[in-house]
Amino acid sequence: MKDGEIVMQMSEEKGTALLGAAYRHLKVSYPKFFKMDAISKAGLIASEILLADERERFVPREDRAVVLFSRHGCEADDIHYRETITDGNYFPSPALFVYTLPNVVTGEIAIRNLYRGETSAYVLEKFDAGQIVSIVSESFEDPVTDSVLCGWVDCADDNNVEALVFQVENGDGEEFTADVINGILTNYK
Amino acid sequence: MNGQVAILGCSAVTPLGFTPEENFRAVLEGRSELRLHKGEFGVREPFVASLFNRDAVRKEAYKEGIPGYGFFDTIVLLAASKAIREAGIDPASEKVQFVLSTIKGDGTPLSSSAAALREHFHCKHPVTVVSNACISGLSALVSARRMLLCREDIDYIVVVGAEVQSRFIVTGFQSLKALSEEPCKPFDAGRTGLNLGEASAAVVLGREGAGWQIVRGVVRNDANHISGPSRTGEGSYNALRALLPAPEDLAFISVHGTATAYNDEMESIALERAGLSEVPVSALKGIFGHTMGAAGILESIVSMKAAEYGIILPTAGYSTPGTSRPVNLSASPRRFEAPGSVSFIKLLSGFGGVNGAVLFRWG
Repeated sequence: MKDGEIVMQMSEEKGTALLGAAYRHLKVSYPKFFKMDAISKAGLIASEILLADERERFVPREDRAVVLFSRHGCEADDIHYRETITDGNYFPSPALFVYTLPNVVTGEIAIRNLYRGETSAYVLEKFDAGQIVSIVSESFEDPVTDSVLCGWVDCADDNNVEALVFQVENGDGEEFTADVINGILTNYK
Repeated sequence: MNGQVAILGCSAVTPLGFTPEENFRAVLEGRSELRLHKGEFGVREPFVASLFNRDAVRKEAYKEGIPGYGFFDTIVLLAASKAIREAGIDPASEKVQFVLSTIKGDGTPLSSSAAALREHFHCKHPVTVVSNACISGLSALVSARRMLLCREDIDYIVVVGAEVQSRFIVTGFQSLKALSEEPCKPFDAGRTGLNLGEASAAVVLGREGAGWQIVRGVVRNDANHISGPSRTGEGSYNALRALLPAPEDLAFISVHGTATAYNDEMESIALERAGLSEVPVSALKGIFGHTMGAAGILESIVSMKAAEYGIILPTAGYSTPGTSRPVNLSASPRRFEAPGSVSFIKLLSGFGGVNGAVLFRWG
């Protein structure tokens, strides 16, 4: 869903299968997507929906930050990596290990869009719109940052994916507040 | 207020000592706990790392009134408790916020790694966990500084960075072939990779105070690769550039210096592009190893101590220049004159393409 409009609807698929279907539906051409862990896929798809209509994408820029929040961090990928280091099956996987960091999703979005600004990942004890709004608002203290792609991207495991992302800009317009976030959640739950 | 925040208390807990002073002395004298470990954590290949003597830490924690937590929580609480005491603040006050910097925490989801801090100190606000790969400690300082500048309801922020090593982390770095089989050699021609380390460190930040200040700090992404630095040093260059012009009293830059081929080369390029090639540089990972979520805070605190004594710390493991661009390093301590004020930059970079730079000043 984007700005209140349904972008695509699936009743069968969930989690990473849903993200794969979204990748095809949105006609994103970025084969690296298939190497990503669940949270990176979720962040990438959410950002593709958010940015679909933006003009002048893929031009290097330093003025847009990516600031994401989650509860589970990279736990979905940690589970897969741990399976490669058990006593019975000891083949540590570098391809899985590199995703065992909660901030890699922000890096993937930066790489895809050529954002050279700030990228930050925070893990919260639970979803907290107030905390998200404070930290995002404070990120504009960096004089280079004029725009922040931000929000909640959380994967407890491969079957449970949540993403609610925003493009927040310096300037006039609707203020980014906890009420705005909570209002969206109340309307669409 | 001019965008600065003050450091009111700090602590450093590593296998080399439980105070900033002890850790500074260890670096000065070239003492390290980087040792070869065989079979530790059930890891099949031997590895060199700087690991805690867990009993010694628990004894110290007991003295500090911190019994009965898991080991990760113990080092978090120990560092926080020492810094809080130095700052003389009440951690249970409504005016105090906590920020935790770690990459893997205690091995469970990071959101639960914050619980011990909240319970032990009766924090009134939710603890924020910053997990921004190897720059987490600097990210936490950047974030905490902004929080103090922007939020009137918060007067003090306790920023704790901590990392313990594990089978998970060691096997992961082994699988990437990133670990050196001997104590690491930052920026040296013969460097063969990094060593991992355990540590915790904390600072208490406030709006005003004499002594050390955090002047500015930024985070920049390379937008290049998730597990390798930019060949052109893009993110580190941009992070440094945000702190320019260099202050006249800039004494040194404490670099990341992991001793991997790519990182150190990248940093030499970033420093040159920022016009900082001639500024003295030191790298501390030949002493502490790479302490991950603790590195930004630990290395900043040890650098503060050095600057107070007018010393540019030696880079253990370094002897022969090994980067394409010149870097002003030394294997022995150097002195500088600091009449009145002194500043230094702490620089880090990490997976996900992140780079962080923070400017500290005294006086």
